[in-house]
Amino acid sequence: MTMPLPRAQHIVASGLVAAVGVTVAWLSYTQEPAEAFVFPRLISTVFAVLALWTFGKALLGRTRFGNGLDRTAMANIAPGLVVALVYIFWAAETLGFYTASTLAFFAILTLYDPAPHGVLRSWLKRLIITGGFLAVMYGLFALLLNVFTPRGLFF
Amino acid sequence: MEFLGYFGEVFAPANFGLLLLGTIGGLILGATPGLSPTMAVALLIPFTFRLEPAQGLILLGAAYTSTVAGGAVSAILLKIPGAPANIATTLDGHTMAMKGQGARALQLSFIASAVGGVVGVLLLIFLTPMLAQWALAFGPSHLFWLAILGVTVIGSLDSGSVVKGLLSGCIGLWLATIGFDDIMGAQRFIFHPSVAGGINVIPALIGLFAIPQVITMLARGRQPSGAEALTVERHPVGKAFREVFSRSRALTIGTVTGAVIGLVPGVGGQIAGLVAYDQAKKLSPERDKFGTGHSEGVIAAESANNAMVGPSLVPLLTLSIPGSPTAAVLLGGLLIHGIFPGSDLFDNYPDVAWTFINSMLVGQILMCIFGLYVAGLAARVAQVPNAVMAAVVLGLAVFGSYSVQNSMGDVYVMAALGTGMYFLERFGFSAAPLVLGLILGPIAEANFIQGSMIANATSSIGQYFFTGGLNLLLIVLVVASIAYSVWMELRDRRVTTKDEVIGEREARP
Repeated sequence: MTMPLPRAQHIVASGLVAAVGVTVAWLSYTQEPAEAFVFPRLISTVFAVLALWTFGKALLGRTRFGNGLDRTAMANIAPGLVVALVYIFWAAETLGFYTASTLAFFAILTLYDPAPHGVLRSWLKRLIITGGFLAVMYGLFALLLNVFTPRGLFF
Repeated sequence: MEFLGYFGEVFAPANFGLLLLGTIGGLILGATPGLSPTMAVALLIPFTFRLEPAQGLILLGAAYTSTVAGGAVSAILLKIPGAPANIATTLDGHTMAMKGQGARALQLSFIASAVGGVVGVLLLIFLTPMLAQWALAFGPSHLFWLAILGVTVIGSLDSGSVVKGLLSGCIGLWLATIGFDDIMGAQRFIFHPSVAGGINVIPALIGLFAIPQVITMLARGRQPSGAEALTVERHPVGKAFREVFSRSRALTIGTVTGAVIGLVPGVGGQIAGLVAYDQAKKLSPERDKFGTGHSEGVIAAESANNAMVGPSLVPLLTLSIPGSPTAAVLLGGLLIHGIFPGSDLFDNYPDVAWTFINSMLVGQILMCIFGLYVAGLAARVAQVPNAVMAAVVLGLAVFGSYSVQNSMGDVYVMAALGTGMYFLERFGFSAAPLVLGLILGPIAEANFIQGSMIANATSSIGQYFFTGGLNLLLIVLVVASIAYSVWMELRDRRVTTKDEVIGEREARP
């Protein structure tokens, strides 16, 4: 017998939150100096109790809030999320902030733009939007606010 | 009526020009997701070095006022609060925009902001000495309970699970403890070097609100456009004025709540909008409509945000205690001009103090006028296709987070919290109480520690935190807010169960 997808997801999600809550509570009661953990103990105790309560309800199948994620949504999210995470955790520093931003912006636009990929005009539009956005970002942050961003391999 | 003697100074060409610049610039910065009032005012401080003290303060004050109001634009159109103060505005404002009433929501928010703002500045002018005395009555134990109340109240804001709302608040309070302990200097929960200095509120706020929105847009896939959900139709300004004043209960609750919360040192505007929204919801005969795009939600939240601005300066100007994070940055602006706020400020620098306060009064009117103009043009923002909006919001989130401290660590924190929040939201958790926990955590902890020290030196901790009229009142409010929310949830559950039973009966052959 297979469990319905949302119920299994609720168990996993609330289980993860409960694991974090219990870990935090355990750490706050075991770390030194104890004086620095007085407030965290107070908070983490309530955190752990509420998280375990939520986990217990999920195990019993009595969770009433949250619809979980269906497979279509997961499939839609996956490519964009991968692009975003690669952009933030690797490309921004390695390739350079503006280069990575340009590539990520263009990639997301291309992946999610409903305009047909076989039409040259769609590609030109995406390039113009990408260039315009990055020009505004450069003007605002680099020129106006003097924010010095990582240069990486390119810019 | 001493302030009237300095009113002409506001309209001197240079002063008025700076007031206009600060107002318009503040509206644009406020409408830009990730650029909070605190950040805008901090960024403007270097520009005031060469200005006269009064001019510099006019610029900073105008930016403070208009960024708080401008944050409503992105809250309503993008569901990304431009500032923590605009969190509550997203609840009904964005829903109105989703229904094609974006222009109406924006107009209501700017008019309510101006009304609340004018009342707040008038309070600053007329009641400064008395209100400062009242704010002084709050000791560490009261501030601790007030911070806890801020978190528990938010549990009821989310119409879903009270337990998950409170759990979200606890997660936020725990996140606030990450980093070095202020008193002992001990490391706490530092799992990665990016959080060694603690979690900066601004990147966290950007991540918790922007990234789930980006992922939600991505989840729609290659659909033609998300623009139809944010279609903004024209809406007559006169009608918006009439609507704001016809919703006098929400306007009054918002204005009074914002003014009172603004007075409390350290709490500031973050919770003003949320508490006002919650109170307006509880006291409204149309409470069922809240969260579904009800105008009272926008009016209460936005009038509270700006009503907080004036009173938050009362403790700053009279006692050097900033009433909000932005007020704390303004304190820096005063000090660089050699002006030390305190009880003798109005004796030593009456021209600077009164010109600054008067400019804030005029600034509220200018903010309303230019805000309404922005509201008319804001329709264009809503027409941006889904894919473009997702990419733009992601880019702004990354650039905005990085620019706070020029740190990639902040970007990592933003991305991690935002991605985690999206998945938590899918399981009934909520970003608002988590953010409130994160913002109020340091206030709660600092006052808890301070109160404990006082208690150890004078009485017992139990006696210090659990006795006294104000402590008991706040504790009762904490318990009542949780109990009321639990009762509401149980009542809704009974109603749902009845409906389900009815549905089952009807479905039977």
